Amino acid sequence: MSLSTFGRYKQKIFDSAAGLGMVAPTIIGLIILNIYPFFRNIWMSFHKSGSFGKWTFIGLKNYTDMFSSEGFWKVTGNTLLFAAMTVPLTIIIALLIAQLLNQKIQGKGIFRAIYFLPMVVAPAAIAMVWKWMFNTDFGIINIVLTSLGAPVKMNWITNPNTVMLSCSVVVIWSSIGYDAILLLSGLQSISTTYYEAATIDGASSFKKFFKITLPLVSPTMFFVVIMRIMAAIKIFDIIYMMIEPTNPAIKNAQSLMYHFYRESFVMNNKGYGSALALWMVFIIAVVTFIQFIGQKKWVVYDV
Amino acid sequence: MNREKKLNLTAYILLIFGSIMMLFPFLWMLFTSFKTVPETTMIPPTLLPNDFSNMAAYNQATASLPFLSLYFNTISMIFWRIVTALLFSSMAGYAFAKINFPFKKILFALVVSQLMFPAQIYILPQYEMIARLGMADTIFALVFPGLVSAFGTFFLRQAYMGIPDDLIAATKIDGCNHFRAFLSVAAPLTKTPMAALSVFTALFAYGDLMWPLIVNTKTNMLTLSSGLSTLRGQFSVNYPNLMAGSVLAMIPMIIIYLIFQRQFIEGIALTGTKS
Repeated sequence: MSLSTFGRYKQKIFDSAAGLGMVAPTIIGLIILNIYPFFRNIWMSFHKSGSFGKWTFIGLKNYTDMFSSEGFWKVTGNTLLFAAMTVPLTIIIALLIAQLLNQKIQGKGIFRAIYFLPMVVAPAAIAMVWKWMFNTDFGIINIVLTSLGAPVKMNWITNPNTVMLSCSVVVIWSSIGYDAILLLSGLQSISTTYYEAATIDGASSFKKFFKITLPLVSPTMFFVVIMRIMAAIKIFDIIYMMIEPTNPAIKNAQSLMYHFYRESFVMNNKGYGSALALWMVFIIAVVTFIQFIGQKKWVVYDV
Repeated sequence: MNREKKLNLTAYILLIFGSIMMLFPFLWMLFTSFKTVPETTMIPPTLLPNDFSNMAAYNQATASLPFLSLYFNTISMIFWRIVTALLFSSMAGYAFAKINFPFKKILFALVVSQLMFPAQIYILPQYEMIARLGMADTIFALVFPGLVSAFGTFFLRQAYMGIPDDLIAATKIDGCNHFRAFLSVAAPLTKTPMAALSVFTALFAYGDLMWPLIVNTKTNMLTLSSGLSTLRGQFSVNYPNLMAGSVLAMIPMIIIYLIFQRQFIEGIALTGTKS
């Protein structure tokens, strides 16, 4: 009796030691790499960075500067507009592809591999080839459009009115494959019995899509929407690679992340940069919160 | 039956059209890389280059960027990020799923809370740490933000949750402690999620641009992504050179992808659906 109690104690101590020991690297790492930086970033946002790592306390000045700057609101607007332009279209096209791939067709694997291809290519390389295709004089897009009867050659990435559209096309093109893969796995988990029952009842494929597919894939779609919105708000690489600092349309193309990068690492205005980073966290939090409220209206969790 | 066939035909047409749209930019990149500059400014343009053995653009791209170093840096970054993510995340994931220990709930909440914060909030302080340590322009700097992974921990915990407790208990009757149970029973059973996490980590590290751009500025310490951005500055309108650089930057990952295509896609689907 007493021996087994002792044994149980011993086991408990062993378990505690093993558990704590096994999580230790991750927890210590997270404290150094995430928790401390989080508070450090907040601290930075009340300071001004000087040379040689010197920081001067300036209170709320970074925030008042930020909120009173026209450029800041423009950049925030650009970022939200960019999210609005890319997220719905990406998901609609991805859902269409997923739906097509979910049919009984040959070569499903090949199609899947092709659509997924942009995911394995660095965005820097993707931006490079699209920049070339969007070139005003010799870009293939303008050449095709003029041969189809377009009256003028568009300055796709130097015209303030089209620059955001051009970047959006690139981002949509490069993310539909990834989203389609996720949505396809959502579609494949829908039991075929629903469709069989609906067929017996004489439901049209249109009706099947809206009454069975859409509600049942909605949890996956919710995840994809959240992820896509976050990615859109954090957009940097495509814009950084496509828009040079000398681009006349830069005002209409700068995203928050691009602005953050330039302020922090080109202008060396790190205090202001940290305030911008917190602003991005705030925007992401608000948008995610709205999504979680909104999901009750359209996401179906149990059938 | 006929209706279904018609539907399938539409599906094929749409999918093939989409595939052309997806593949064309890559082909255009490849074709342009073999062209001369005058060839790229011809109107009407030619689809194929005059001479597929024209390597001038590749020679110029490799002359202005040390591609061998870029490959080495990128592969090292990916390798160490995968090693640390797998090692630390699987240990922590196992402990959170299968062991009772003090402060477990609080510590797990700490991990989950990190999933909600976007990474840019950490960039400036992480950069400051690297600068203070004097570690800028090193492989360590490239690996640094990926040393531990809250996502990996959470993801692998889910995987270990799926292993029956009885299996772990049985190994303990045989006198195994938790380390042995983890190494010889649990870890081998989670090969698929571990492969998925590796793919996810590799793709993310390979595509990341801002971090390598910030911490490593010496030409021979760049990654493929950040290297391409300096190439853009050097050859602003020399598109054959830019395309050759892009082809060189994407070729290794494309080859790996073509070989492990199924693991890539299923891995990504797994990391998406399990979280």
